[in-house]
Amino acid sequence: MSLGAVPEAVPESWGPEPPDSDLDDLDVKARRELEATWRSPSGLLGWLTETSHTALGKRYIVTAFVFFALGGIEALLMRLQLARPENTVLGADLYNQVFTMHGSTMMFLFAVPVMLGMGLYLVPLMIGTRNLAFPRLNAYSYYAYLLGGLLLYGAFFLNVGPDAGWFAYVPLAGPDYSPGKRVDVWAQMITFTELSSLAAAVNLITTIFKHRAPGMSLNRIPLFVWSILVTSFMVVFAMPAVMSSSLFLALDRLVDTHFFNPAEGGDAILWQHLFWFFGHPEVYIIFLPATGMVSAIIVAFTRRPAFGYTALVLSLVATAFIGFGLWVHHMFATGLPQLGQSFFTAASIMIVVPSGTQIFCWLATLWGGRVRFKTPLLYVLGFIAIFVLGGLTGVMLAAVPLDLQVHDTFFVVAHFHYVLIGGAVFPLLGGITFWFPKMTGRLMSERLGKLGFGLVFLGFNLTFFPMHQLGLEGMPRRVYTYLPETGWGDLNLLATVGAGILGLGVLVFVLNALWSLRFGEVAGGDPWGADGLEWSTASPPAPYNFFHLPTVRGRYARWVQDEDQPVVVGLRTDRREVLVTRTLDAEPDHRDILPGPSGWPLALALTTGVTFIGGIFTPWALPWGVLLTGLALIGWFWPQTDMGRTVLKEKS
Amino acid sequence: MSALTALALFIGRIGRHSALQPAGPPAERINGLWWLMFWCLTGVFILVLGALALALVSSHRRRLREPATPPAGATDPATERRMTRAVGGAIGLTVILLFVLLVASIATGRSISPLSAPKDALEVEVVGHQWWWQFEYADPDPSRIVSTANELHIPVGRAVKLRLTSRDVIHSFWVPNLNGKMDLIPGRNADTWIQADRPGVYRGQCAEFCGHQHAHMALEVIADPPERFDAWLAAQRQAAPLPASPLAQRGQQVFLSSSCPLCHAVQGTTAGSGVGPDLTHVASRRTLAAGTLPNNRGNLAGWILDPQSIKPGNRMPPTALSPADLEALLAYLESLR
Repeated sequence: MSLGAVPEAVPESWGPEPPDSDLDDLDVKARRELEATWRSPSGLLGWLTETSHTALGKRYIVTAFVFFALGGIEALLMRLQLARPENTVLGADLYNQVFTMHGSTMMFLFAVPVMLGMGLYLVPLMIGTRNLAFPRLNAYSYYAYLLGGLLLYGAFFLNVGPDAGWFAYVPLAGPDYSPGKRVDVWAQMITFTELSSLAAAVNLITTIFKHRAPGMSLNRIPLFVWSILVTSFMVVFAMPAVMSSSLFLALDRLVDTHFFNPAEGGDAILWQHLFWFFGHPEVYIIFLPATGMVSAIIVAFTRRPAFGYTALVLSLVATAFIGFGLWVHHMFATGLPQLGQSFFTAASIMIVVPSGTQIFCWLATLWGGRVRFKTPLLYVLGFIAIFVLGGLTGVMLAAVPLDLQVHDTFFVVAHFHYVLIGGAVFPLLGGITFWFPKMTGRLMSERLGKLGFGLVFLGFNLTFFPMHQLGLEGMPRRVYTYLPETGWGDLNLLATVGAGILGLGVLVFVLNALWSLRFGEVAGGDPWGADGLEWSTASPPAPYNFFHLPTVRGRYARWVQDEDQPVVVGLRTDRREVLVTRTLDAEPDHRDILPGPSGWPLALALTTGVTFIGGIFTPWALPWGVLLTGLALIGWFWPQTDMGRTVLKEKS
Repeated sequence: MSALTALALFIGRIGRHSALQPAGPPAERINGLWWLMFWCLTGVFILVLGALALALVSSHRRRLREPATPPAGATDPATERRMTRAVGGAIGLTVILLFVLLVASIATGRSISPLSAPKDALEVEVVGHQWWWQFEYADPDPSRIVSTANELHIPVGRAVKLRLTSRDVIHSFWVPNLNGKMDLIPGRNADTWIQADRPGVYRGQCAEFCGHQHAHMALEVIADPPERFDAWLAAQRQAAPLPASPLAQRGQQVFLSSSCPLCHAVQGTTAGSGVGPDLTHVASRRTLAAGTLPNNRGNLAGWILDPQSIKPGNRMPPTALSPADLEALLAYLESLR
């Protein structure tokens, strides 16, 4: 690989971690002390009390990819079942569970957590700080997410997997038509994962607003960090809607309330409003971080600033606002009044403007740069082709008459896989390839990377393009089989072959990652000659991230720095001190002490777990759970007078 | 390559069961909107991919042309100005195109809405059940109301207004050749309308996931010339005739003394339950079990004896019958024309 030629523009003096020999004795001592202060304890106990954002971020990403693999296997099972008419690989009952699991897994256990996980890993590095603002909350949100996932899959393997679809429409998901515990498991999984996302979002917002390196004013925040910031705000506004609806559903099922029971004055449509008020923004919660990755990758591989930084940021914000005004386009077929429908058509079409603006800005950036065709950039190019097509079918779906034809058919299945796989998974795979050297210290293989990209691109289009036609020919989604007379067999077979190729491509990607972990080329601090602050740390970063916290004098921090760019000094090295800066201009404000390793996040996650999982079976779980949770919170907030000073004591 | 192959398939296929083979005004108008959008948006897609290709070529050439790599982050003001104009222009064109499509969409939406259905429309109530369709032809005289299942007969050339509701979960009525779909929601009524301008059989299928056998909840719309339709409706209004042959008479006794009347009705007998499809004219229908099986003697026998292996999870229990009873029952049911 020709990496040697790249970072010529970056002054070596301001590199990641200078070797001990370049430092005077005081600095060497300071670094040892920083290392001791920020290091996580080793062993199982250390693993369970981890609060470092890099460790937890990686855990998030790896866990999410495990769920991605499970969701992918479910997808392949569905494709096998649909390969031929009246196939018998899966029966109706299992198929209904599998498609529900696939949707729920991909949305709640893969896409959102992996995007937040990338944010949790990268944001502190990108803004030049040592950890997230709330390290223990980060651990808590990870465990809540993990418990939600384990609950769902534990239930699935016990044949109690939910089977009412990932949007669980009532009355089908209600107590009368889904007896048993299947839907309760789904509802509580939602509660877990949404709680986790909310906690992560609050953490990210605070970190981004208050912990930026001096000089990184709002108008200099890297585009990826902007995307995470906007996404986090969307999480904060969207998740309460689905948490309350899953709570109503659980109450209907557990204690016979009638929120959604039309026979008793409830309303089946209420569920759809509440769910899609979350469900549509959810798409952008997944997509916006991916746009941040796209921007970061394009900037790095064209070696020029993003064209239209302001337009890109405003597009993110506009998408977030408009994203909350489109939910009804999932409900056109419920027979809502014409005028209301027209409003939502207009809003749905309007969101093309910010998305289109982003695409045009990226095209311009590519146009005006000096492009290098590395694997991450290939994924971005694939993203542009696929996402644009998905966006255009989205315009069709925004039109009520067309939506009435293709809503709930394979056309829609094709559309949302084009926008979600094309819009989020492609950038994500590119982003993983891009930041893999930072996370692991080694580069992923280019050759395997390109092979994987080719297979994924080919397989994806073979799988999903024919589905447009199937939808127009009348094939509804969520059918476990179809009759031979329908004539849907050949295109379904083609889609199944494509799914196999797509699966193979993902397998190549994963094998590449595993192989590169051990045998990949050693990356060094900055293998790409990229602009972001994260590249000025060691790879993988030291536990304290930056020896001296950096300062910033432009949007592309490493490209515009002075020869003698100042660094932040004066933070204590014997406790976990970080610099808090002002929200708008990132002027230094005060120092703050972050908590270190703690077992309370896990304890709190377990007690909330008892509450939620117990709530599937008995209402008494609530009072007991609140009691236990209260105890865990008391432990969590117990005043720590010597916070962070243990290291000092040990040494003296 | 794959995309091209698929595109060829996409345009070239002609199915009998397709939103792009409209057979009546609403589907026709939607089809028009589809092709308008299809060509406009295909044009956009080609332009964007073309711009991407040009951008890559230009970018790659610049990198090769330059003798020394300039510092990372460097830009050229003249290029930036050109790009600002290009991006601004592209956004402007996008807004204009979207506006045109919005107007087209709203205009089409008005023309297919139930409010714009012709006034002389025939009215039929559609009730969704797990997992079959009930069609009731309205009539001021309750004794003349016709109730049938999974087969909607309509006169050619006349609009049919459908009033949709559900007795259990949400279903969605969709016959792609005739109009877009509309949900059947318990506790609510929604209206839609269809019209077939050519005689024929138009297949449809439930389009909202409604549980176990969502996949086997199909229906057929049978469009006949008005006089044939009127004859059909008149025939459907008749109660079941008394069985003629001794075998069929025994079959009727089997029917009435087994579990059948708990769910099914046959007008003119004591069987009057509305849980399952009305069987007064079951032998006149083309399919069994909501479009799952062709209606013939063998399938009918299999369906009565073991419905759960044909359509697992459906609401019909298996019925144990001796061969002689079965034969009699089949003879009776086949007499219900």
